[in-house]
Amino acid sequence: MSELSSRVPLTYSKKVLELFRNPKNLGRIENADAEALAGSLACGDMIAIYLKVDEATEKIVDAKFESYGCAANIAAASILTEMVIGKTLQEAWKISWKTISDELGGLPAVKYHCGILAVGALRRAIRAYYANRPKPDWLPSDLTQEEKHALEEEKLMEIMAKRAQRAVS
Amino acid sequence: MTYSDLSRSIRELIESHGMPEREVYLDNENSGLIFPESLKAMEDAYNLSGRGHPSITHLRGWMSYQMLYEATESMASAINCSPSEIVYTHSGTEANNLAILGSAGPSHDRKKILVSSIEHLSVIFPAERLQKYGFKVIRVPVNGEGFVDLDFLSKNVDRETLLVSIAAVNHEIGTIQDMKAIRDVVRDKDENVLIHTDACDALGRVPLDLKALDVDLASFSSHKVYGPKGVGALYVREGIKLEPIIYGQLSTQKLWPGVENVPGVVGFSKAVEILHKNFGEYVAKMTDLRDRLIRGIIEGIDHTILNGPTGDRRSPDNVNVSFLYCEGEALTVELSMRGVYVSSGSACTSRVLEPSHVLLAIGRKYEEAHGSLLMKVSPFVTAEDIDYVLEVLPKVVDRIRSLSPIKPRGR
Repeated sequence: MSELSSRVPLTYSKKVLELFRNPKNLGRIENADAEALAGSLACGDMIAIYLKVDEATEKIVDAKFESYGCAANIAAASILTEMVIGKTLQEAWKISWKTISDELGGLPAVKYHCGILAVGALRRAIRAYYANRPKPDWLPSDLTQEEKHALEEEKLMEIMAKRAQRAVS
Repeated sequence: MTYSDLSRSIRELIESHGMPEREVYLDNENSGLIFPESLKAMEDAYNLSGRGHPSITHLRGWMSYQMLYEATESMASAINCSPSEIVYTHSGTEANNLAILGSAGPSHDRKKILVSSIEHLSVIFPAERLQKYGFKVIRVPVNGEGFVDLDFLSKNVDRETLLVSIAAVNHEIGTIQDMKAIRDVVRDKDENVLIHTDACDALGRVPLDLKALDVDLASFSSHKVYGPKGVGALYVREGIKLEPIIYGQLSTQKLWPGVENVPGVVGFSKAVEILHKNFGEYVAKMTDLRDRLIRGIIEGIDHTILNGPTGDRRSPDNVNVSFLYCEGEALTVELSMRGVYVSSGSACTSRVLEPSHVLLAIGRKYEEAHGSLLMKVSPFVTAEDIDYVLEVLPKVVDRIRSLSPIKPRGR
């Protein structure tokens, strides 16, 4: 057989399917210490992350998510909240989309961006936490790859959606 | 990822998904069940006369030829054309490619192709491919229900125009075009323009008489009419010159080399015969099921939009609905776990950045297209099946909406 196309069936792992069925930490945190949203309805995927942080230790004591998107998107956001609870904000900052993918038993290549979007949302939330607090040394002032990805996806979709609307009218 | 990795993961996925207690198959857009009579005819063809090569000079060859001819004759009589006007391919996609690329080959002075903006990708992609060779491709816009803009068509057909390709019935939103009006508009401007119609979704859904339809080229697909996969056909009106697009040892037909899939053609022809014989009954049945499903969804679930026209301007099998605040792929996976199989026009489902070009062309917003589900009823579906879908669907939509950061407001 020849090279695989991009339209092979999606190989969701057992873990992805399980978290899609029974997501952990689903919902909002009222009076969250930090929250952020990444993606948009137009993109077809969107993740919101809510964090409760212990001020003294900067440890994440609770994390929740909401997600609009495919099964991988929901699973990525869910597992990320599980991974960050108990970690300091600095430790949480270091979580990469690759770690999320590994924890999920491997995301299909066309779904890597779900992991990236989840990390993008988390890092935005961490930045939001420090918006009115002294910024720690470990927090880079420039946007990281994952944050840029979320931003680019949002902008690109805005442009494409406008173009499509123009073409129709 | 390699083939073996993929297969291993899919095996695990099937295991963790589990077999649903009840199943309703509504993904007839992508493929589906075969008539048992078709399958039986194919089995006989493999075992008996169809085993040979239809262009070889010995008893088994002659028998194969005879079987191929009889199947073609039966099909030709159902769609009202001559057996010599049917070219077999191995899919509807190949038939569309032959129509578009094959008519471009012999064309020297006509370099313009018009396709509707909601055509199947197997029409749009070969047409766009021709842009590399100096052809101009114009997408004819459609209105909010998917009907082509006849004024635009009329203004853009001229002496440079080689071909106009518009599907008689749209594969995604079920729009039944007024082919007679389209044909008249085109021929009024220039009677030498070729007219092609992708009739893959028209056969068995609308009355189809090629003599009356009076087009030059028409594509058909076997699995879309509940025949076997891997067989398609192109009607090429007598006198129309096409060039082959693949080359090799010819069998019985000039435009498509390689040995014909004789048992496949037999199964295809049998399916067409069954649909032809039961046309009125099946159309009435499918229309009832379609309307039961549409009504149940639109009346029973908030924030839903029907995509495409209603009533007798819509294909009797087609249901396409956008569920706002839902992402379509999540819906398809959740429905799958409850044994209901459908497809979606979301970007995730097609694995590209943009959602369905058909839904965007009728003016749907991105988020409306992402939340769309395409369901096609068939003669194999029952009213009880639809009621099961209507019982499951609100729960599925509620759950997917409950996960989202954007909640519906009001009704």
